[in-house]
Amino acid sequence: MSGLERRLTALVGRDRVTTAKTDRLLYGFDAGRGRFLPEAVVYAESAEEVAAVMRLAGELKVPVVPRGAGSGLTGGALAVHGGIILSLARMNRILEIDTENLLAVVQPGVVTAELQARVEKLGLFYPPDPASKEFSTLGGNVAECAGGPRCVKYGSTRDYVLGLEVVTPAGEIIHTGGRTLKNVVGFDLTRLFVGCEGTLGIATEITLRLLPKPEAKKTMLLFFSSIDGAAESVSAIIGARIIPATLEFMDRATLACLRGRTEIDLPEDCGAALIIEVDGRREWLDGEVARVMAVVAGRDVIGSVVAETAEESERIWQMRRAVSPAVRAQAPDRFNEDIVVPRSKIPQMIRRLEALSAESGIPIVNFGHAGDGNIHVYILTDLCEAGMEARVDALIEQVFAAAVELRGSISGEHGVGLAKARYLAMELSPETIAYMRTLKRALDPDDILNPGKIFLRGPDDE
Amino acid sequence: MSEAVVRKTPGRHKVLEDFADAIQRCVRCGACQAYCPAWSAGRREGNVARGKVAVAAAMLAGELGRGAELEPAARQDISLCLMCGSCTHGCPNDVPTAEIVGAIRREVAAETGLSAVGVGVAALLGSKTLMRGVVAAGAALAPVMMEKVPESSGLRLRFPLDRLPVVGERILPAPAGKNLFARLPERIEGQPGRPKVAFFAGCAITWLYPQIGEKMVEVLVRLGCTVYLPKGQGCCGMPALSSGDGPLVSRLASANVRAFMPLDVDYIITACASCGGGIGEYYLTMGGDPAILAKKVVDFTVFLEEEGVCERLAALPRAVKRQKVCWHDPCHLKNRGILAPPRHLLAALPGVDFVEMEGASRCCGLGGTFSVHHSEESGLIGEKKVEGVQACGAELVATACPGCVMQLETSLCRAELPVRAVHLLELFGEAEMAALADD
Ligand SMILES: Cc1cc2nc3c(=O)[nH]c(=O)nc-3n(C[C@H](O)[C@H](O)[C@H](O)COP(=O)(O)OP(=O)(O)OC[C@H]3O[C@@H](n4cnc5c(N)ncnc54)[C@H](O)[C@@H]3O)c2cc1C
Ligand code: SF4
Ligand code: SF4
Repeated sequence: MSGLERRLTALVGRDRVTTAKTDRLLYGFDAGRGRFLPEAVVYAESAEEVAAVMRLAGELKVPVVPRGAGSGLTGGALAVHGGIILSLARMNRILEIDTENLLAVVQPGVVTAELQARVEKLGLFYPPDPASKEFSTLGGNVAECAGGPRCVKYGSTRDYVLGLEVVTPAGEIIHTGGRTLKNVVGFDLTRLFVGCEGTLGIATEITLRLLPKPEAKKTMLLFFSSIDGAAESVSAIIGARIIPATLEFMDRATLACLRGRTEIDLPEDCGAALIIEVDGRREWLDGEVARVMAVVAGRDVIGSVVAETAEESERIWQMRRAVSPAVRAQAPDRFNEDIVVPRSKIPQMIRRLEALSAESGIPIVNFGHAGDGNIHVYILTDLCEAGMEARVDALIEQVFAAAVELRGSISGEHGVGLAKARYLAMELSPETIAYMRTLKRALDPDDILNPGKIFLRGPDDE
Repeated sequence: MSEAVVRKTPGRHKVLEDFADAIQRCVRCGACQAYCPAWSAGRREGNVARGKVAVAAAMLAGELGRGAELEPAARQDISLCLMCGSCTHGCPNDVPTAEIVGAIRREVAAETGLSAVGVGVAALLGSKTLMRGVVAAGAALAPVMMEKVPESSGLRLRFPLDRLPVVGERILPAPAGKNLFARLPERIEGQPGRPKVAFFAGCAITWLYPQIGEKMVEVLVRLGCTVYLPKGQGCCGMPALSSGDGPLVSRLASANVRAFMPLDVDYIITACASCGGGIGEYYLTMGGDPAILAKKVVDFTVFLEEEGVCERLAALPRAVKRQKVCWHDPCHLKNRGILAPPRHLLAALPGVDFVEMEGASRCCGLGGTFSVHHSEESGLIGEKKVEGVQACGAELVATACPGCVMQLETSLCRAELPVRAVHLLELFGEAEMAALADD
C-alpha cells in the first residue's frame, strides 16, 4: 500500500479507497476527450470526509479532482496533474423537499432527473434540463452551471441555487446563501461557486429553488424552406414578447441525419426546423400557439405539426433526442462546441458557420437552443486523414472568433475545463483573467483543487 | 425434417477481439448510468457499462492483463454485471456490454476455472457476502431439491449447493413432486391448419414451476396448435453463460439443436424470458445451427397477441371482483422490445385491473448467477424495484420469467409487503382458457 493510500484509508476506510490499475484507468476519463490517470480514487459519503481528504491533500500537496457522474464534455473531472479523484456519486440523498418555501436540499450526487421526478409528484418543478439530466449529478450541474432547452424561459442552474455547503481548498466547511430568495449579507459567494468547475470549492450540500409545475404545455414543430426563415422567426418570436418554454432549432444538415430515425415526415425541401413549446395555464395555451403561428407566418414556413396529445408531443421530442446520436453516427470524429450569441445574432452566426464549413471543406452540423442563442456546432471529421487535426483546430478557432465577434461566448453550458482553456483569452481580457487567477491563488495557493482547468498555467507562473 | 438434414455446425462463441469495433463505439457519454442496475447498487465506475467497456478496451490495448492475468479489481467489475442488457437499450451507440462481459468471463473462466469469475472475486474482496454464502452451505432446503436437477441445469449455477444464500433470504419454491416432462406427453396433436409449435420449458419451469408449463401447454392446445414438448431439451445456457462457462453453453446448445431441429415446427415458444434470451438471442450470436434454431423462438406473449388472444379475453365479461396487477418487464423481454404484448394481455384479462408501476422496466436484480455472488447488491436493486410496486398499489406483480418471480417474491417479502409475484400464465383460469378455443 502506498503512503497516500494508507493515509486515505485511515480517513474513509478500506472499502472506499482504491489505487488499483483498473480503477485508475476507469477514472481516467469523462465524457470528453482527454485521458489522465489519477493515483487514487476515493468515494466520499459526507462533507466531513471531503474536508478531511482536502486537508490531507493540502498536507501532502496532492491534487484533488471532484467528480460527479463524469458526464462533463470539457474534461473538468480529469486528473490532469494526477492526484485523487474524489467521487461524490455516493452522496445521493435528497435531504428535504420544503413544499411551503418551495425549495429542495440535496446532496451533490443526486441525479438531476431523480430530483425532478420527486418534486413533480408534489406539483413542483426544477427547470434546468441538460440533455444529460438522466445521469448527470446536481453537483456537476452546479459546478458547470448546466443549462438546457428550458433556459430560454426559466434560466440555467445558477438561477435556482439558493445556498451551498462548500468544502474549501483548505478543507474547511463553509455555507453560502441560505433558504431565502433574498439575501444580501456579504459577497454573493453562491454565484461564485456556481460554474467554478470545481476549482474553488466542493459543493457538499445544495439548496435549490423550486417553482410550481406548469399546468400544461403544447409542442409545435415548424419546418422552414430556409435557415434564414427559421433564424428570423426566432428573433421575431422573442421580439413579439413571447417567451416559449423551449425554442430549439435544427439546420438542414441535422435534418438530413435524422431521416429514417424519426416517425415524423420531414419535408424534402426542408432547410431548417424549430421545435417550440409553450407552457402555462391550459386555457391560455391555444392562444399562445396562435400568436406564434401568426408571427412566423410568411417567413418561409412550409409545414407545421401542433401536438394535440402527450404522445404526439413525445414523438416530436423523440426526434429532438435522436439528433445527438444521429449526428455522431455520421463521422468517426466529431467536435461538439456549444457557442452562444445574443439571440438577435443567430441568423448572422448561422450564415457565418455555413461559410466557414464551405471554406474549410469540413462538414458542420448546427442545432441547439435557439431561444437563448446557444448553438451546438458539431464539426464532423476523420482525424485519420493527414493534416486534418490542424485544419479542425483552425476551424474551431474561427468558430469561436465569430461567436466572440458577435458579442457571444465560446461556451454556453459545457464550461472551459481542459478543452477550452487555450481559447480563454479569445473572450476574456488579460485583466479579467488576472482577476480570476488572483481569486484562485488566494483561495488555493498550492493549486490543490482541480488544477489545470480553466486556466492554462498554474497560479504562480505569470 | 429428418435427423439427417440437421447440419452439424455447432456455432462458435465470440471472443473479446470480435467486439473491437463495438468497444470503439463507446463514446463514454455515461448515459448507461441511467439504465444500469449494477450502477445504482454501488455507484462506482466499474459497476456501470461504461466502466466495463473501458476494462475491455484496456484489455485489448494491453493495458490490463488478459485471462488469468486480469487484475482482481477488473474481474470484480466484470463479475458485477447482471448481463441484463439494459445499458444497451439506453446506449446511443448500441454497445453490447452484456455480450462483451460474457466474452471476458469466458476468457477468464477458461484459464482459471469457473469459480474465478464470481466466487473468487468475492473472496478477494474479503467480502461478508461470501462468508454468509459459505456458512449457509448447510441450507436445509437445497440438497433435497437439487438432487432431482441434472448437473447441467442452470439452476445448479444459480443456486449452487455450496453457496446457497441464507435460508429465509431467498424464496425458493418447494421442489415439485413431478417435473413437467413427467406430467405431459411429448406431442399433442392439434387441429389441421393450425401452427405446429414446440415448447421450450427451461429449468425453472421444468423443475420448480411445472404448473406454469402445464398452463402454457394448455393454452397452446386450446388454441388448436400441435404442441411438442421434446424430452431431449436441456437448459438454455443462460446461467452457464453468466458464469463464463463457454464449453457448457456449447454442449447445451448442441443438445437443444438435436431436440428441436428435427421437429420442423413453425415456432419454438418460451414462457421464460431468460430462456428466450438464451436460445433466442445468444444462439443468434453463435451462428451455425444454434442461430437457425434461434430464429424460430418466440416469446409466448408475442405469440398469444398475434393469435388474437387479447381480443378473445377482452370479449369476456369483466369479473366483479378484480385484482390490481402491475407488470414487471423482465430484462430479456425489454431488450427484445417486447413491452406492449404482455401489457395488452394483462389489460384484457377479465379479473385484472392493470396498473402501470414506476420503474416497470427496472431490473429485479437476479441476473443469472449475480444474486448468488453479489447478494448485497442484488438486494439493493430489489429494494428499488419494490418502491415502484408499493407506490402503484398493486396486489400482484405479474411477469414472464420464473427467475424474476423468485427475485420479486424475495424482495417483496423482505420489504414485508402483502404483495405477491406471479407468472402471467398463472392468471389464466378456466374461464380464460375456455375463451381461447374456437367457438
Ligand atoms: C450526452 C450528453 C449531453 C449533455 N447535455 C448537456 C446539456 O444539454 N447542457 C449542459 O449544460 N451540459 C450537458 N452535458 C454536459 C454535462 O452533462 C454537464 O456538464 C453536467 O453538469 C456534468 O455533471 P456531472 O455530474 O457529470 O459532472 P462531472 O463531469 O463529474 O464533473 C464536471 C465538473 O464539475 C466538477 N464537480 C462535480 N461535482 C462537483 C461538486 N459536488 N462540487 C464541485 N465541483 C464538482 C468536476 O470537478 C468537473 O470539473 C452533456 C453531456 C453529455 C454526455
Ligand atoms: S451509453 Fe453506450 S456509449 Fe455511452 S458510455 Fe455507456 S456504453 Fe458507452
Ligand atoms: S448488462 Fe445490465 S448490469 Fe451489466 S452493465 Fe449492462 S445494464 Fe449494467
